Amino acid sequence: MDAFTNLVMGFQIALSPYNLTIATAGIILGTIIGVLPGLGGANGVAILLPVTFVMPHTSGIILLSCIYWGALFGGAITSILFNIPGEPWSVATTFDGHPMAKQGLGGQALTAAFMSSFIGAAFAIILVTFFAPLIAEFSLHFGPPEFLGIQLLTFSAFVGLGGASPTKTIASILVGFILGAVGMDIISGQLRLTFGTVELMRGFSFVVAVIGLFGIGEIFLTVEEGLEFRGAQTALSWRVVLETLRALPAYWKTFVRSALIGSWMGIKPGGATPASFMSYGIAQKFSKTPEKFGTGVLEGVLAPETAAHAAGVSALLPMITLGIPGSPTAAVMLGGLLIWGLQPGPMLFKERPDFVWGLIASMYTGNVIGVLIVLLFVPAFAAILRMPFAILIPVIVYVCAIGAYAVNTSTMDIWYMLIFGVVGYFCKKLDYPIAPMVLALVLGDMAESALRQSLIMSQGSPLIFVTRPISAVLVILSLGLFVSPGIQTLLRRWRQGAARQLEARTEL
Amino acid sequence: MRQADIVFALCLLVLAGLVAWESLALNIGWGINGPEGGFFPFWLAVGLGLCSLVILGQAVWHAAPALHKPLVAPGGWGPLLTVAIPAIAMVALSECIGLYPATALYLAFYMRWVGRHRWPLVLAVSIGLPLGSYFLFDKWFMIPMPKGLWGEHLGL
Repeated sequence: MDAFTNLVMGFQIALSPYNLTIATAGIILGTIIGVLPGLGGANGVAILLPVTFVMPHTSGIILLSCIYWGALFGGAITSILFNIPGEPWSVATTFDGHPMAKQGLGGQALTAAFMSSFIGAAFAIILVTFFAPLIAEFSLHFGPPEFLGIQLLTFSAFVGLGGASPTKTIASILVGFILGAVGMDIISGQLRLTFGTVELMRGFSFVVAVIGLFGIGEIFLTVEEGLEFRGAQTALSWRVVLETLRALPAYWKTFVRSALIGSWMGIKPGGATPASFMSYGIAQKFSKTPEKFGTGVLEGVLAPETAAHAAGVSALLPMITLGIPGSPTAAVMLGGLLIWGLQPGPMLFKERPDFVWGLIASMYTGNVIGVLIVLLFVPAFAAILRMPFAILIPVIVYVCAIGAYAVNTSTMDIWYMLIFGVVGYFCKKLDYPIAPMVLALVLGDMAESALRQSLIMSQGSPLIFVTRPISAVLVILSLGLFVSPGIQTLLRRWRQGAARQLEARTEL
Repeated sequence: MRQADIVFALCLLVLAGLVAWESLALNIGWGINGPEGGFFPFWLAVGLGLCSLVILGQAVWHAAPALHKPLVAPGGWGPLLTVAIPAIAMVALSECIGLYPATALYLAFYMRWVGRHRWPLVLAVSIGLPLGSYFLFDKWFMIPMPKGLWGEHLGL
């Protein structure tokens, strides 16, 4: 019941006219950002981070999280109407969403996508409401070794579940940590890795890295492919919306399944994308007409959207309770918290309940506002993509430059942004995953101080990570994830070998 | 793409070497406050060095089939450079004349010569957008954008 009284307090904050205005602005900006190529949740939040410096912290986080929700909605619009997934987790939405739009059922697909996003989010929000205080309470017992264990688990999840080459994933993570180590050493105050230059003394801002790697890099990819946005026309009439809404309750099983998958996967880093694919696959498996998937069935839109939104929301759960972000966007928000001088993690619940519960309550209000706004203004958002490319691209570059400059008001950062853009382009091309690099850059200082404090506690013995029960479990789990890609390849080879032997035998 | 993969891995190797070198200068051992400043970056660099060697080895001896595609799609360099060069020029210009005037020129250039839009539209966007963002950021959010070396003389 404690959660309930806290939630009421949170609603008093989130429902204040100022915060409602902020939330609405965040949703609109977020949806625009989600629709634009090259701008997604992570760099949208990064670009607008400096704007929050003039706001109260709670309003700041409400703005950032609403941009995130908006970007999730925006991703669905481009996937369905233009067959362009704005974010990796909307890829699965294009499978059935775009065929529907081509058949003139774009309105139905969009309504279903928005409603299922809303349902998925609502499910995960309720989960966050009740689990966040419990996890925070539990993690109060955590010391530096446990926090390092959780970080290890986070990064090994990228290696084990990320899908990219494990060596390249580890290399990305290490590069992120190295970039994070540049500048002042948080413990001794020494300057590190500056190579004697003044420019490197401040270190690399994760905001600049995110804007460059995701934003500019993405633009390079888009223009190289020479994408042209020729979308299906849509007019979302109220009749279509109401008809679709009436059809939705029949799919309640899909909703429950997908929301569960999404919430569970979202807690793990990088979980939204596998969650959406998994949910699509499972919906297909359970469907009475699996062969129709991919030709434009409503269920094929519902399943991935519900899961992706549930995962997007539940990614915030480890961020506020443990200080470990579950997605790149959550990582940028976490970085924002650190800039504001707030330490995410269990103590935040004790010290700033207004902040935590304001954020949780704003998830409810933000998603209600979000679904209303996108339903009302789909044509306006879709029109953004019909803008000529020669206007869109310089405008996006300009917006990115403003965001990169504004964090530290340094023109050097705009140059870094361009360099990160080029690096990001090559990383994408060569299959080095970017998300773990960004996460490592944000978490670098925390990971390092956890490591060094643990070693101080144990007077230099690394055994401390396995002698404490919780950290031992975490370390074993992460080792398991680390080696899982290797084991999978071995298993596959073994199976292929067995199959070949079988073939050889049958040939005899 | 295989060559690019090898070059990129070599860059990572060089980076690892540089970082390890810098960390050694900071001491990587045990000091009065526990592990010293160079400890963490040094081991990161060692890990990165190992990873880049593995990646190099894979690219040289076991190149995955995907690596045999060209790095940049055929005909991709043109559009890439038309985005990259004006963007670099814009940042360089904003060091001199400030971000807003540089953006106005950048937008105008891009819309007129790349997009071949009509002059009225070009002028409207390239003047309107920087002007609007000037009021938004400099006036409303109080985040002054770079004015460049000559910006003060322009009276912004």
